[in-house]
Amino acid sequence: MSKPSVMRESRAGRTAATALMLLLAVYFLLPVYFLVVASTKPQGDLAATNGLLFSHFDLFDNLHTLFTRSDGIFGRWALNTVLYAVLGAAVGTLISALCGYALAKFRFRGREFLFSVILGGVLVPTTALALPLFLLFSATGLVNTYLAVFLPSIVSPFGVYLARIFADAAVPQELLESARLDGAGEFRTFFSVAFRLMTPALVTIFLFQFVAIWNNFFLPMVMLQKESLFPITLGLYEWNGQTARAPLLQQSIITGSLVSVLPVIVVFVLLQRFWRSGLAAGSLK
Amino acid sequence: MTDIATRPTHAVAPTGNRRRRPGGGGPRVGTVAAFVTPFFLPFLLFYLVPVGYALWQSFRVVRRSGGQYGTSYTAFGGFEQYGQVFQNTEFWSSIGRIGLFGIVQVPVMLFVALVIALLLDTPLLRAKGFFRIVAFMPYAVPGVIAAIMWSYLYSPQLSPVVDLLDGIGLHPDFLGPGAVLWSAANVSTWLWTGYNMLIMFSALQSIPQELYEAAKLDGASNWVIAWRVKVPIIAPSIVLTTVFSIIGTLQLYAEPAVLRQISSNISSTFTPNMLAYTVASGNNYQQAAAISVVIAVITFVLSFGFMRLTSKKAGL
Repeated sequence: MSKPSVMRESRAGRTAATALMLLLAVYFLLPVYFLVVASTKPQGDLAATNGLLFSHFDLFDNLHTLFTRSDGIFGRWALNTVLYAVLGAAVGTLISALCGYALAKFRFRGREFLFSVILGGVLVPTTALALPLFLLFSATGLVNTYLAVFLPSIVSPFGVYLARIFADAAVPQELLESARLDGAGEFRTFFSVAFRLMTPALVTIFLFQFVAIWNNFFLPMVMLQKESLFPITLGLYEWNGQTARAPLLQQSIITGSLVSVLPVIVVFVLLQRFWRSGLAAGSLK
Repeated sequence: MTDIATRPTHAVAPTGNRRRRPGGGGPRVGTVAAFVTPFFLPFLLFYLVPVGYALWQSFRVVRRSGGQYGTSYTAFGGFEQYGQVFQNTEFWSSIGRIGLFGIVQVPVMLFVALVIALLLDTPLLRAKGFFRIVAFMPYAVPGVIAAIMWSYLYSPQLSPVVDLLDGIGLHPDFLGPGAVLWSAANVSTWLWTGYNMLIMFSALQSIPQELYEAAKLDGASNWVIAWRVKVPIIAPSIVLTTVFSIIGTLQLYAEPAVLRQISSNISSTFTPNMLAYTVASGNNYQQAAAISVVIAVITFVLSFGFMRLTSKKAGL
């Protein structure tokens, strides 16, 4: 093939590629853009004006309505979400790291068996667990409490899998040996040597688990009846079911969706590199 | 960090009580337990026990002593619950619906994801970082909120998309009986394309550049390199994303549940999981457990079956 034809192909290819990506970018951005525009409008303008164009700027009024509606229940939901997803993922990451590190660095009987049982857990869909958990928790009086959502959320078999891979790759055995010979106990060795080396990996594990909890709608829906315990997703879902009777809720649902989604998008974009290392490791299987 | 780096010199020096095997790192049972238990105990209680409990429940039936108004008790019922699942027409129609959804949505989504990943891996495109972030961004949005966002774009009263299409003479009904399944499929596609793309893209990035050099010197176009060289190399990642997608499709709940709030064309038994929840809400936990077990078994069979099929085809 002669050189000019390759050049021509790549110029046409460049235009086609860019056009296609722009089209896809519009598709991915459209709902978010709509949300931004809609959350600045008064309720009456939602149906009366073009959904893609700004009209009367009412964002601050909408925010005020959102956070004062039903005695500020939305703020409560936001705090609950932080508790479930951020604290849950933090605790989950710590226990996954300890277990994954032990699986990678200690030689003990039944190690491979334990690891296969945990790996099997990766394949168990979390929605399949919610109903039996509900029955078990109602027998123990845990239903309709924070713990009913928090406790199952801290368990992430995938986190242990990632922690094992990362501990294998990031923590050299010699460093551990020397720390031990210096007289450090196993926990001191873990927290002073391994933890620091594993930190980027732990951020990745944290992010995955955060998304899993943030996304898990079925568990809180099954477990919780008390509105004051809801995470944002369940709260907005409940509101959305009431719009036929209370159409004014629409504006708060839209503003509430924006308020809850934007910070997470920003954090995701800032921490992008951690996703890629995790996804690369996850596909090594 | 520097103090750690200097430590290996210490290691050579002989020390007093050396209880562990050299180089092996075989600590006492108590130490292992202390590391493993904080994860394993909740894993046992909130993963393994519920799975066992669901299995046990699925073999139980509620019986009544002394006629219709007598006291009820549960007893071993063998495969009675499973028999009921397989005779339930609502179960089969939910499976059929989700099957149709999966056969169309999963290939479309993964194809788009693959195209984006390949484009981001060529010199053809500028502003790659921007496009990568934009495609991945929906992953930050929970399914419920994504479905709420899209339901506004589907709603005949509020949607600018419907307005636009009305303007050119098309009158779409995104929530109509034929369309609503695909409206739900669109929400899933929007949510997960970027995630799958990033898995494939990470795999592409780990291919050494030299592999293409020879093909390039031979004058192979970017197109040929992409489909003949890159795609076969990242095939394991494509298989992986397919398996993830099969699992996700069979679990579908949040998106149709939200669309159900604005469309009468989604029943309470639209997907297998919605059926399980509806049955459980009617206090028939044993039947719900049997449905959950059947969904889980179908999930296992399909994902393992797909992995076997693809590895055989590749001659592995």
